[in-house]
Order: sequence, then structure tokens, then C-alpha cells
Amino acid sequence: MRLSEHIYRTISSIRGPLLFVEKVFSARLGEVVNILFPDGRSMDGEVLKIDGDTVLIQVYGETRGLDIGNSSVVFTDTVKKAPLSIDIIGRVFNGSFLPVDDVPMFIPEKWASVTGFPMNPSARARPEEFIETGFSCIDGLNTLVKGQKLPIFSCAGLPSKELAAGILQNSRLAVGMGRFVVVFVALGLTFHDYSFYMNVLNEIRTGFVAFVNMADEPVVERLLSPRFGLTVAEYLAFERGMDVLVVITDMTNYCDVLREVSTAREELPGRRGYPGYMYSDLASIYERAGRVKGMSGSVTMIPIVTMPEDDITHPIPDLTGYITEGQIVLSRELHQKGIFPPVDVLPSLSRLMQRGIGECHTRGDHRKIANSLYKYYAKGRDLRRLEAIVGKDGMTDSDKHMLDFADIFEREFVNQGTARRDINETIDRGISILKRFSLEI
Amino acid sequence: MIGHIKGISGPTVSVDLKGLRLYDRVYVGHAMLAGEVIRLEQDGAVVQIYENTKGLGIGEPIKGVGMPLTVKLGPGLLSGMFDGLHRSLEKLREEMGSFISGGREVYGLDHLKKWRFSPLKERGADVKAGEIIGYVEEGPLKHFISSGCDGRISEIIDGEFSINEPIGKFYDGREIPGYNEWPVRMPRPYKRKLPPSEPLITGQRCIDFLFPLARGGTAIFPGGFGTGKTILEQSIAKFADVDIVVYVGCGERGNEMAEMIEEFTTLKDPWTGKRLMERTILVVNTSNMPVAAREASIYTAITMAEYYRDMGYHVLLLADSLSRWAEALREISSSLEEMPGEEGYPTYLASRLSGFFERAGVVETVSGKIGSLSMILSVSPPGGDFTEPVTQACLRIAGAFLMLDTSLAHRRHFPAINWFQSYSLYERSLADYFREKISHEWNDLKQRCREILQREEALREVAEVVGFEGLQDADRLLMVVAEKLRLEFLSQNAYTDDAFSPPEKTLSKIREIVEFHDNAAKRLKEGIPLQEMLKM
Ligand SMILES: Nc1ncnc2c1ncn2[C@@H]1O[C@H](COP(=O)(O)OP(=O)(O)OP(=O)(O)O)[C@@H](O)[C@H]1O
Ligand SMILES: [Mg+2]
Repeated sequence: MRLSEHIYRTISSIRGPLLFVEKVFSARLGEVVNILFPDGRSMDGEVLKIDGDTVLIQVYGETRGLDIGNSSVVFTDTVKKAPLSIDIIGRVFNGSFLPVDDVPMFIPEKWASVTGFPMNPSARARPEEFIETGFSCIDGLNTLVKGQKLPIFSCAGLPSKELAAGILQNSRLAVGMGRFVVVFVALGLTFHDYSFYMNVLNEIRTGFVAFVNMADEPVVERLLSPRFGLTVAEYLAFERGMDVLVVITDMTNYCDVLREVSTAREELPGRRGYPGYMYSDLASIYERAGRVKGMSGSVTMIPIVTMPEDDITHPIPDLTGYITEGQIVLSRELHQKGIFPPVDVLPSLSRLMQRGIGECHTRGDHRKIANSLYKYYAKGRDLRRLEAIVGKDGMTDSDKHMLDFADIFEREFVNQGTARRDINETIDRGISILKRFSLEI
Repeated sequence: MIGHIKGISGPTVSVDLKGLRLYDRVYVGHAMLAGEVIRLEQDGAVVQIYENTKGLGIGEPIKGVGMPLTVKLGPGLLSGMFDGLHRSLEKLREEMGSFISGGREVYGLDHLKKWRFSPLKERGADVKAGEIIGYVEEGPLKHFISSGCDGRISEIIDGEFSINEPIGKFYDGREIPGYNEWPVRMPRPYKRKLPPSEPLITGQRCIDFLFPLARGGTAIFPGGFGTGKTILEQSIAKFADVDIVVYVGCGERGNEMAEMIEEFTTLKDPWTGKRLMERTILVVNTSNMPVAAREASIYTAITMAEYYRDMGYHVLLLADSLSRWAEALREISSSLEEMPGEEGYPTYLASRLSGFFERAGVVETVSGKIGSLSMILSVSPPGGDFTEPVTQACLRIAGAFLMLDTSLAHRRHFPAINWFQSYSLYERSLADYFREKISHEWNDLKQRCREILQREEALREVAEVVGFEGLQDADRLLMVVAEKLRLEFLSQNAYTDDAFSPPEKTLSKIREIVEFHDNAAKRLKEGIPLQEMLKM
């Protein structure tokens, strides 16, 4: 603990969002600094690296207007913390945790470090409680459970926003009395999308907390907002016993800032210019989902990732897929057919589904129906390739039958518009389609 | 020895302390974070820190311990759960709750628990370092305790002791401890290595039948995300025919580990009927835990594995995933601003890997027993691209390569092992064993199985053009049989009873399929239409 704040006017260089400060007597890794601009503005930053008395700082804001002689840096001797209180529910903040809903800041009950601490693996409870999202393609075939992290892999121009909105509005727990809260984190949101989401959030009866960084707001804030959101989520879940659903849109914007800072640091780039530590960095966000033994709350996460160039092997979806417990993949082809949500169930997967379905969770016949639907749809999809070569007329009747099944499955099971379907309706619909095609279940 | 922090970069710090040795253990900062010296310089050293470095300040003290990173080896390791530094996760949880808030010395072994020691040496016996002097019953097996050094025994107990009490004395007054402390980066000694000659039965038909692994051998299975690496590792951990399994969750998911822990405490070992956890040691360093501890975790694990090998047991080390270890190495290397090799990995990646793989093998132990250490490691190539450096470096040293195929996984064919690209270098040397000990048909049936799969591949291309109906009856029959082979033999659903297939079951299944084909082919020749046979 230092006795007083340290002020330095020894900035030696400014490089994008980064500052070098020299002759610093004492600094900590991750220490919060306050940067005072010549025009009186001030902004927060964080210590990234220390080499002797030279300190590298990342600034959470636009560095335009900073200069070398007249700006100063105050070292605060603390790491980045988030204020917490139960009164946070219902509030909207910007990426610096300042309220933007015209209501004064709440009075914090406590403060917690935004990076959090890793959950002890032996303290984790196995996720197995079903969350009903109201969408057949998810509930039926890629079931989400409490404590899971299940991203949506989208492509530019696909309605991931509408799907996320649907999930936010319709999700509920099949069992459990806990209170359900949404934490919404937006990174680089356009004004149009902002209005859309605010309408959705305001309709959530159980409550929400939002952190919104707009497209024209400082990009480096995007590295912080998800951590604010998750610190709040952990507090509500593990200290207040609530079931928290965290939606983060769009992680692609997050990764792009990570790359920007890494480039400014002149670090050695990895695949496609993204830094080599991106896996660990993303894990420090995604792994905060979970449940804890002996506690009632949970953190469930749905990050939205827009795949650059529709490429699932791009480092952003690739590393995300390596960390999360499955993925919901949207398809341009289904979207063009007018199907909503345009979820391609073949590459989609919920890895924790096996524990969350069946007798005590959803329904005894759930697994069987899901497997059958998947199997026959995969067959039908395979045959579409053959159809493209030999034409439908050249195919056997049984092959044509499977082709028709695939079409109907897409149009009647996956496609549901904005209507909500409960799990019984989803499974029954699956059964009725299978029966219509006289397929074995 | 006390020095001060001069610089901090990610997981590494530079310090001005002189007189340290490479790989010495140090305590860093007021929080006493554990670290290890990874580079020596003229005026100090660079240390990698095993904990989160956030909040660490310049000028904070650093203290050398005077010895390298070690693990305490003794009774009580089995069914234990440790982090990469060999701290007991259960004890960490008792001390600091559900989240790991760093900086705490916690021992891996329980120091209070009493064990019943039965001596195998008497007073007056001369023993050499590594020689067994007695044992305790640990779960399902005898845990042999060996002497750490040469000497003549003057006293040896026959009764209860706890880890920090000596089990005897030498004539020169030195005490004989009941545990062994060993530096993790140093392979434990043995008399000599022997060539692998017995199969390691995994319970996975595709592996045991087509790509058999050997006790003392090494195998990797690379595959993109969601191709079933973790499920395969965990299935093998459950069903492998070995005495002890050491499982490393290296930079992977916490929820997976929670699931595994729950399962292993309830499931039984199919070979002995004992609870699975009793033969298992878990080392867990999830992706959000500090990277330097992730780097150390595989060494911590293999040192424990070697310790049990030295008692004459068959030990299997499973790690999921080796790529996360390599990435940790890369993160540390880049924070040191080392000259990078391919894709930013340090140039010593391949040599570190081969040093690690070399620790597998069948050995005659120092005490004259035969033990084996096998390794099955998963690899997570970015974008599912097998040309990347980690897969390539492993390929050059591993004895078996089981390639997990994304397109098979998308079709939900699990385990998604590609039967054309995978290989096992042990297949030849194990052929005799399978013929003599399991069945004289084994190798012939395998040949038939390969032929059917190859023929199917060739026919599939034809069928794409002329359609299935355009094929001749004999070929259509083959396609039907090949599908059966894929669905009923090569696939194994991990969530059903079929998850484990002992060799007898594997054999009877493949025999049934091949016989079905041969009978049907015969009847085709007799003029019975295919359609009729398929109805049955
Ligand atoms: N043998 C199997 N039987 C049934 N399902 C399986 C099997 N193997 C894998 N799966 C399915 O595939 C999913 C992904 O498997 P797994 O988690 O092992 O992938 P992974 O290769 O470890 O992926 P990552 O690299 O992202 O960790 C599982 O959740 C399960 O649904
Ligand atoms: Mg895995």
C-alpha cells in the first residue's frame, strides 16, 4: 500500500491506445491509472507491463488530444474493480460502468476485482438443469442447461439479433424457483441495434442489467465490459442465489480490439494477426459460466460470434468452439429459404445436453426423438448432394422420401417464427413429423 | 537469498537476485506467489509465476527456495485431485472456498492420515536407493515404498505411521521418510527400457482392433473442436486395462472436470470391479487457471505416473490437451521476447515434446520389477488443420496416430477416428499376441474389415454417379455390410452400455458382420435376390 497517489508527467510515447511512462518509482501489474489530459478531461487506464522504471499503459478511451509534455498519469495502487449491489438490477451502463439511463449511480454494497478468480474445478457442480429457450431447434436438439456456455455462430447479415432477442424474452427454467436475471453486454452496438435491444430488455419481467458500448465509443472499453458484466453475474449468482443468463454480443468485436492492442504492442502475431494468448484470454471470459456445489445460483452464457467471411475455422469461432460447450450455427441457406431461426442443426451441438434431458429433466422420450430427427435429417441432407448430380427424378422413392423429410423438418420443426414452443410441443411436433413419414423412432 | 522485482510481463517477472540456479523454485512478492527460474542473466534472473500476476508490484521481494519444483510422492495420491503445482484442490477449497484466489502453499498429500506400513526388509539389511523396503495398502493395490538412498537399516517400523513420520532409520542416524520428493522435470531412473510387447486394451473397438496400442507406448489423437477428444480420453480412462490412470485436464473446461469427477466416484472399473476413482489421479489446470501452472501440470502428472510405474504397475497417462500445454509454452516464451519458430512457438517445442514422450515405456525398475507407462494425448489443431507445428512435432515421435475427423463427427459417428488416415506402429509387433492370446481369427478378420472399408470407398464414388440402385448386387451387398460395419462396429456411443467393448465382444461383433457378408454373398450366387436378404 502506498501512502499517497503518485503523479507522473513523464509520458515518453503514445502509440494508439498505449502509453509509455518513464521514471515510475512504483507500479503494479494491472494497476488502474488515471490519465489527465491537457484540456482537463480524464480517463482510466491499466498497467500492462513493467520494465524497470518504464511502464506500459493501456488507455480505456480515445487517446486523441493527449500530448507528451502536459498530460499526467496518476497511479492509484488498486486493480480494476466493479461496484456491486442488488440495486444494480434494472440498470443500464456504458462500457466504463457509468449509468446511461438518467438515474443516479447506485450505492455499492461492495467492490470486486473485474477479472474474478478461477472457480476451483472441485467446487463446480455438474450442469444438468434444463433451460427452456422456446426454440425447437435448441430445446429439442441442442438443449441448453444451467451453467453452460453455448455460443451462437452467425454470419454477417443473419438474424442473430432476433434469435438472441427471442432467447432473452422466452427463456425460463423448467424446474427451480430461483430468480432469473439477464445480464446483457453489447460491444460496438449500432444505434439501430441499441433501440432494438432496449425494447427487448424492457419487456423482460424478471429483470436485467445492461452494459452497452456503442459503435462510436472507445474500442478499448470493449475489453472491460464483458468482465464488468461477468463480475455482476457472479455476484448475483453466487452471492444472491440467482440464475443469471449472460448474453454478449458481439465477441468478434472483442477479439478485434484484442488484436488491435496486440499490434500496437508490436507483439508477434498468431493466426490471422490475432495474438497467441487469445485462447487463454477468451477462456478467462467464457470459463466464468458455471454452477457451484452447495449454492443455488448459476451463470449461463450465450456469446454471439459473427464468423468473418462465414468461415468457421477462423480463429475467433475456432477458439470459441474450443472453449465453449457446443455451438448453435446459423446458416445463410436456411435464412434465404425464409426459415427463422435459421439454425443448421448438423454442425450445431450442445455438449451438455445428455445430462439435461430425459425423465427428470424434460421427457423420457426426448433423447430418442432427438436422435431420430437428427439421423434422418442428416441422411436427407446427404442426399441433397446426390440430387444436385443426378436430379430428383433419377433417385429412388426411398431417397425422395428422405429428401422430403429434410424439407419438412426445416419448414415445420426448425422454422417457427416468433412463436414460443414449450418442450412438450417441440417433442410432439418432432414425433408427428416422424410419424407422417412413417419413420422408425 | 532475497532480491527484488525489476520488471513484470504477463506470467514472467525479471528479478535482480543472483546465485539462483535454472529451474529453482522461488517465492515472489508480498503475496508469496510460487515461481520457477526459467532464465539466468548476468545481473539477475527471469522467473515464471504459477499464479495470476495481477497486482504484483515492482520492487516487491523475491526469495529463493534453493531447490527445484518437486512433488511429494507417497501413499494418498490415488483418487487425489491436484492443480498443476500438485496442490490438493479439495484442500484449496476447504481453505479458500469455491474460487481459487491464489498464493497459498497447500500440500498434495494428507499429512495426518494414518497408514499401516508392512516392512519387507529387516533390521541390518543393506538397501540401495530405489530398493523397496515395505508397503502400505492403498485402495486396491499395494503401494510399495522404496528407500531414497543407500544405507544399512537399523530400525524399521511395522505398524501405523503418517507421511511426516519416519518409517525407519539407518545405522548412520539418517531417518527413512515414508515419502519421496522428486523434481518434476527430471525423469525418474530405471534399470533398462524394454520394447513394448503387450497390447493396451482400451475398450474402444476401433482402436483395439484396427489401431492397437501397446503398454509402454505413446499415442496422439488430434482433432478439431467437437470431434470427441475429451469423450474418448475419458472413455479410455474408464475402461483401459491398466492398474493406474493419471488424467491431466490441461487448459480445458471446468465443467468437463466436474462431470468426470462425479462419474468416476460412482462408476466401477470393469476389470476389477473397484470404484474407478480408486485407481485414478486427476491433475486439473483449466483454461482460466494460470498458464505457467498449466505448463508444469504435465510434468507433475508424469512424475506421479513414473512413481507408480516404479512399483511395477501398468500406468496410463492421459492428457487433454497437449496443444494447450504447447500454447502455455508459447505464451511464456513470447513474454520473454524469445526468437519464435513456426507460428510463434518457441524453437525448442519439438525437443521439449520428445523429452516428454521419452518418459513413456516399459522398464525394468530399479528394484527389478517390470512396470510400464503409456501415454495417450489429445491435440487440438487450430482450425482442424493438421499441418500445424504441434501436431507435426508429435507425429514424428508418437507410436500411434488416431486422426479424429470433423466430417465423421458431424455425422455423429463416434469415436470419429478416420480409418484411412490413422495408423499404429505397434500393430505388427502385437499381431502375434492377438493371434495367440485372444483369437487365431483376429488378424484375418482385421484384414477383411480393412478390405470392406476400402471397397466401400471405391464404390461410393461410383454410386455418386450411377446411384445406389445402379450398382451390381454384390457391390450393393458390400455397401450394406460396410454401413453395418461403420454403424455397429466402428461407432461406439459413449452414453450407452456399448461404451466399453472387451476383446471378446469386439471379436464376436466383427465375426458376425463378416459372416453375414459371406453368407449373403453365397446366397446371391445361388440366385436369391439381395432385396430378400436385406429384409431379414
Ligand atoms: N463416443 C461418443 N458417443 C457419443 N457422443 C459422442 C462421443 N464422442 C463425442 N460425442 C459427442 O461429441 C461432443 C463433443 O465431444 P468432445 O467434448 O469430446 O469433443 P472435443 O474433441 O474434446 O472438443 P474440444 O476440442 O472443443 O474440447 C460430445 O459432447 C458428444 O455430444
Ligand atoms: Mg475436449
